Amino acid sequence: MSATPIATGRSTSGIPTGRLAVWWVIASEIVIFGGLLISYIMHRLAHGNWAEQAAHTSTWVGAFNTLVLLSSSLSAVLGHKAADAGDGKKAAKMLYITAFGALTFVCVKAAEWTFEISHGYTITSSTFWSFYYTAAGLHALHVIAGAIIMLIVAQAAKRNQHLNRVELIGLYWHFVDLVWIFLFPLLYIAK
Amino acid sequence: MIESYVPAVSTYASSIDNLFTLIFGLVGFWLILSEVVFFGLIWKFRAKDGVKTRYITGEEKHQKRWITWPHLLVLVCDVFIIVGAVRVWYDVKQNLPPAQETVRVIGQQWAWTFEHPGLDGKLGTADDIAKVNELHVKVDTLYHYKLEALDVLHSFSVPVFRLKQDAIPGRTITGWFEATQTGEYGIQCAEICGIGHGLMGARIFIESPEAHAAWLAKESPLTLTAMDTPAVED
Amino acid sequence: MAEAAVPALHDEQHHEQSFGQKYLWSTDHKMIAMQYLFTGMLMALVGGFMAYAFRMQLAFPGMDVPFYGIVSASEYNALVTNHGTIMIFWVAMPVLLAAFGNFLIPLMIGCDDMVFPKVNRLSYQIFLLSAVVILGSLFVEGGGFAGAWTAYPPLSAKAEYSQTPLGSSLWLVAVALEFVAFLLGGINFITTTMNSRAPGMKFYDIPMVVWMIVIASVLFLVSVGPLIAGAMMLFMDQNVGTAFYDPDRGGDPILWQHLFWFFGHPEVYVVMLPAVGITADVICVFARKKLFAYKTVLYTAFGTGVLSFTVWAHHQFIAGIDPRMAHIFTVTTLLISIPIAEMIFVYIATLYGGSIRLTTPMLWALAFIAEFLIGGVTGIFLGASGADIYLHDTYFVLAHFHYMFYPIAIIGTFAGIAHWFPKMFGRMMNETLGKIHFWLTVIPFNVIFIPLFILGLAGQHRRIYDYTNFPELAIQPLQDLRVLATVALLVMLGAQLIFLYNFFSSMFKGKKAGKNPWNATTLEWTTESPPPHGNWAELPTVYRGPYEYGNPDREDDYWPQNEPV
Repeated sequence: MSATPIATGRSTSGIPTGRLAVWWVIASEIVIFGGLLISYIMHRLAHGNWAEQAAHTSTWVGAFNTLVLLSSSLSAVLGHKAADAGDGKKAAKMLYITAFGALTFVCVKAAEWTFEISHGYTITSSTFWSFYYTAAGLHALHVIAGAIIMLIVAQAAKRNQHLNRVELIGLYWHFVDLVWIFLFPLLYIAK
Repeated sequence: MIESYVPAVSTYASSIDNLFTLIFGLVGFWLILSEVVFFGLIWKFRAKDGVKTRYITGEEKHQKRWITWPHLLVLVCDVFIIVGAVRVWYDVKQNLPPAQETVRVIGQQWAWTFEHPGLDGKLGTADDIAKVNELHVKVDTLYHYKLEALDVLHSFSVPVFRLKQDAIPGRTITGWFEATQTGEYGIQCAEICGIGHGLMGARIFIESPEAHAAWLAKESPLTLTAMDTPAVED
Repeated sequence: MAEAAVPALHDEQHHEQSFGQKYLWSTDHKMIAMQYLFTGMLMALVGGFMAYAFRMQLAFPGMDVPFYGIVSASEYNALVTNHGTIMIFWVAMPVLLAAFGNFLIPLMIGCDDMVFPKVNRLSYQIFLLSAVVILGSLFVEGGGFAGAWTAYPPLSAKAEYSQTPLGSSLWLVAVALEFVAFLLGGINFITTTMNSRAPGMKFYDIPMVVWMIVIASVLFLVSVGPLIAGAMMLFMDQNVGTAFYDPDRGGDPILWQHLFWFFGHPEVYVVMLPAVGITADVICVFARKKLFAYKTVLYTAFGTGVLSFTVWAHHQFIAGIDPRMAHIFTVTTLLISIPIAEMIFVYIATLYGGSIRLTTPMLWALAFIAEFLIGGVTGIFLGASGADIYLHDTYFVLAHFHYMFYPIAIIGTFAGIAHWFPKMFGRMMNETLGKIHFWLTVIPFNVIFIPLFILGLAGQHRRIYDYTNFPELAIQPLQDLRVLATVALLVMLGAQLIFLYNFFSSMFKGKKAGKNPWNATTLEWTTESPPPHGNWAELPTVYRGPYEYGNPDREDDYWPQNEPV
């Protein structure tokens, strides 16, 4: 029962099954985040006074986190290259670096939120802050989940097993990065 | 057709009823035609011994025609219905003729409050008459209603007017109606609003100007007399 | 690419599986299909029981309903809310999409399982959890959620308004879990169909039911995202004190409506397409005819799917949206009737020149078309904005969507079960009982809902537990219609006992079915009934389309897909 079916190995579309599935997962996530962000944008357009609240997010912290994520995407790409070349050890190393980037991101965010909450900007302070914590929180959950999967893939990659999964988690990671590329201007720059 | 179940008592009620009848005629035609052809084909091509089925792909032009033409005709019918719908909708919901009278309609869990202008003829002044679950209006008079909700969504529905409008907390929505017949009729809440949603029935009293004036005088606070109030404008 | 056409796992597992492995945590798509089917059937009993209770209250207000008790005003609202929610998310979707999808897709495209069997199993487990949560929500303090399946805030967002603090949140959690389950399942279906087809099976060789299930899965995947976001926001309003939908604190209740219906409208096509697909397959088999204009059917399905994203606000004409928006949505809504009408015309055309056998599955498939037509045309009244001013929130709406959902979820399901039961269980269902069940279901269905159209025209509004409070609605002729509808419901519910008896007794004592009792052309009929683990000893290759009936180059009136030229 745990043997892989023949179905999984077929590729009538020409695209490997794992990659095809990850694209569909990403598609479903795009509409989830898309719905949330469009709701946020519509709300902001309707309520001009949000700029006052948005002024209190730290653009520098956001920018630093953006840099961290972009760099981690770079290491993910390097991991993919290594996996393609059959170098499981190097791929694993790159994935560990990416996961470390994720950890940095989350720690910075935790510090950021602690600071903001202690200064009275909580999730119920205003609708801006409700969206801020919800959108960034949902994103952070995806960062954490991605990092965990990354570590699992890295463990196998170290032993040159399932190297194709390095590309797959990399794809997912680029998506997580992309969501942040949208969040950053919406939450930190538009003031 | 609707009018055989519910009287049409506003200036736009019959246009809504006529739109319904137009749609009924057009879709009724297509429904009956489709069902007749459908059952006819089942009967005609029921399995018979020795009769083989025909191999029809439906990809040839002369075969596709049987689908393309009906569906173009459906499109034409749709256009008629769209035009009818747009006109009725514009008339009732988009266009706002000038008001002769205004009332405020307030929905809450679980009753309607109707605020009528008092003897001074103006809404929003001290002599306004607020009634719970009773709306009094003059016949042949163009009213604006200002619709509000205090807690959750409600919906102001007057079947004899063919009128319906959701009430949203935090907003005042303006609409209009003009009654064409006197009488007492029902008002409903048409948006589920909690346990008491089924208790939010109210009554509308459409009165002649004289009867309405009499009601107004009866309901007005006793401290106000004819000398205190400014002359009522017609 | 050289591949072994022999499933490796076929023999080893067959004799070694424990009860748990075979039935409880199987990764075999056929067993997962059964799990979804039986769960869906069980939930249908729950949803049907709720309809029984609230319709008894409507026919005989204040009565002590047998097996339920007195239906209070708050319980009435909870019953109609959960009836609707359960029927859509825990009956229609699991049966039409997950059960038939899981069972049929690998078999009809000629492979041995879904591409991700463990994810498939996980999807059922999450689904089962969601079912437990929704059922549990009915028994918590305060009772089950009672704000209608549409869950509009502020009523759904604040406990002080809904008076069901726990029920509201559990309802939301259950629905969210169900969404996750179907996202996982859908990705499996889409990927498997795209990648695992038998050699030789090109796009236009795929049976229509498989296409429809895949398109429905894509539709679901693309439309549910915004509602997942919206549901998160509603959950937070309920439990964390945010004000996404609270107008007193800068929120907007209408935002929920847009997010809900942006999903809600495509959702009806998510359930419709599989039923339409089942109908196509059944009609071809029992009319012994090639599907008329296969490509047209496919393109209308795509067209309907795309257009379904442009019509959502026809549910909100009266909601306080900008009146100018209504014109746009009237146009799009009426236009979407075109591809659907085209689809129905094509099915009717398929009957032309056929040799129609009125077996039980065929009766159901034909009934689907006849009844769906009625539902479809009544939608036009509602899509026309001007008419909707009167008809919104009346029983006319309710009768319309039951004339859509019932053919889809009940008639379509029975067509599918009657047709594929022999393949699923290796035995034939009893035809006589099947036909009796058919007539005692379909005729009462009409007697339930035609009175409701009339009640809607008479101004009867929705979600009201007792019309005696409304003088114009409490008159005897209208009350008689309510009683008539309820009596018909009782007959219809009783008739389902015939089905249940037929279903279970045939499973054990029905006549043995053999591989292809219907002389059908599609791949599932080329293997054993029921198919073994791995489906075939040797996976098939495809040489032609799925509906080669009556081909003049053949003596037999059918030409199986896998037969070499």
